[in-house]
Order: sequence, then C-alpha cells, then structure tokens
Amino acid sequence: MKKPNDVILHSVTKVAVVIILTFSIDLFFAGHHDPGGGFIGGLGFASALTLLLLAFDIEWVRENIPIDFKVITASGVLIAVLTGLGSLVFDAPFLSQTFNYFNLPIFGKTELATAVIFDFGVALAVIGTAVTIILSIAEDR
Amino acid sequence: MFKLILMISLFFLTLSMIVALYRVIKGPSMPDRVQALDTISISLIGGVAICSVLFHTHALLEIILILGILSFVGTIAFARFIERGVVIERKRIK
Repeated sequence: MKKPNDVILHSVTKVAVVIILTFSIDLFFAGHHDPGGGFIGGLGFASALTLLLLAFDIEWVRENIPIDFKVITASGVLIAVLTGLGSLVFDAPFLSQTFNYFNLPIFGKTELATAVIFDFGVALAVIGTAVTIILSIAEDR
Repeated sequence: MFKLILMISLFFLTLSMIVALYRVIKGPSMPDRVQALDTISISLIGGVAICSVLFHTHALLEIILILGILSFVGTIAFARFIERGVVIERKRIK
C-alpha cells in the first residue's frame, strides 16, 4: 500500500478547525437573545472535533486532546442540574433564572445571566455525547 | 419587480435541487452521488440567502454558516470512505 499524500486536507483542516471553533463559541454566547444557544454551539464544537478525527487519526487526537469525553458528558449534566437546584436555595421555583447588569473592566456594561451557566452545562453534555458516539462507532475491533 | 426576480430564482434553485436529487437516486457511481449531495447543499445555502433577503431579516445567516460547515465535513467523510474504505483511521501510515 502506497503512502497516502493528503497535504491539502491537513492544511485546510488546520485553518478551518479554528474558524469552526470560533463560530461555535459565538453561537453559544449569541443564544441569550438571538438564534443559537448551548445545543447548537455544542454540535458545532463536536463537528470541529469530527473534522480533526477525519483529517488525522484517533491516536493523534487522543494524544493532543487527552480528555475522556464521557466525563465531559457527566459533568455537563451535573452543572445543568445543579444550576436548576440552585434556584431552590433562594426560595424560587426549580430552574428559574435571574440576570443583572455589571460594569466589567473591558466589556463595559454587561448583562450577566444565570441561564448562561445552564447553557454551558447543556453544551458540555452535547459535546461529550456526540464525540463519544462518533468515537465508539469508529472503533473497529 | 425585485420580489418577482427573487421568486423566479428560488424556483430555479428548487428545480436544480430536484435534478440533483435524480442524480443522487439514479447516479451510476458513488462519486456522482456525493457530488450531487454537495450540489443540493449549495443550492440550499443559496435558497436560505434569498429567503433572508425576502423576509428582511439577518436571523437566517447563521443557518448558512452551519450548512456550509456540515456539508464540508460530510463531503470529506464520503470522500475518505470512497478513497480508503474507512472513515476514521485508528493509526495513519506516516
């Protein structure tokens, strides 16, 4: 079998993965007022990791991103549930949210909401689930 | 007049998608089908762009980027499957 030559695929992937990750983080933070949110941001993140897995191989990605994605799924679900339970401490119904405006050093007047923490948990759960499914389908033993 | 032009272009985009769908179903070889799927997704991107002009909104522009990313990843996966027979390699030959 001759040595595969995919220079173009590797070069395009190294540029495109950065763009896709940036766009998915932008989608994640846009989710409070505009289309977007934790679910689609997590799916974009997972598609960037899929592109890395396609262009390179499993061993290379495991070596450079040494994260167990099942732990990511569990911690994401835990963050989402704990955010919901946190509202019970302040005598509010389960999963109720609040927001306020703060003066941050660089951003100026910024709206910080507790729903973003819940969204972060959802994003972590989606990333972990999607990458775990893809990795366990790709295992051919 | 402007709206009529947009409607006509939407009609022709739909027509090209139907023709590409015929190629997906009937296509003699596998690369024909992959190319036809890519053509369908490009036509879909054009259709979403025309819809966002038609509705005077910029909420649909994220769909264009997501569709572009997903069709790119999908086409690369199909191309790898046709070329190597395996989609994600365990350890590549260096």
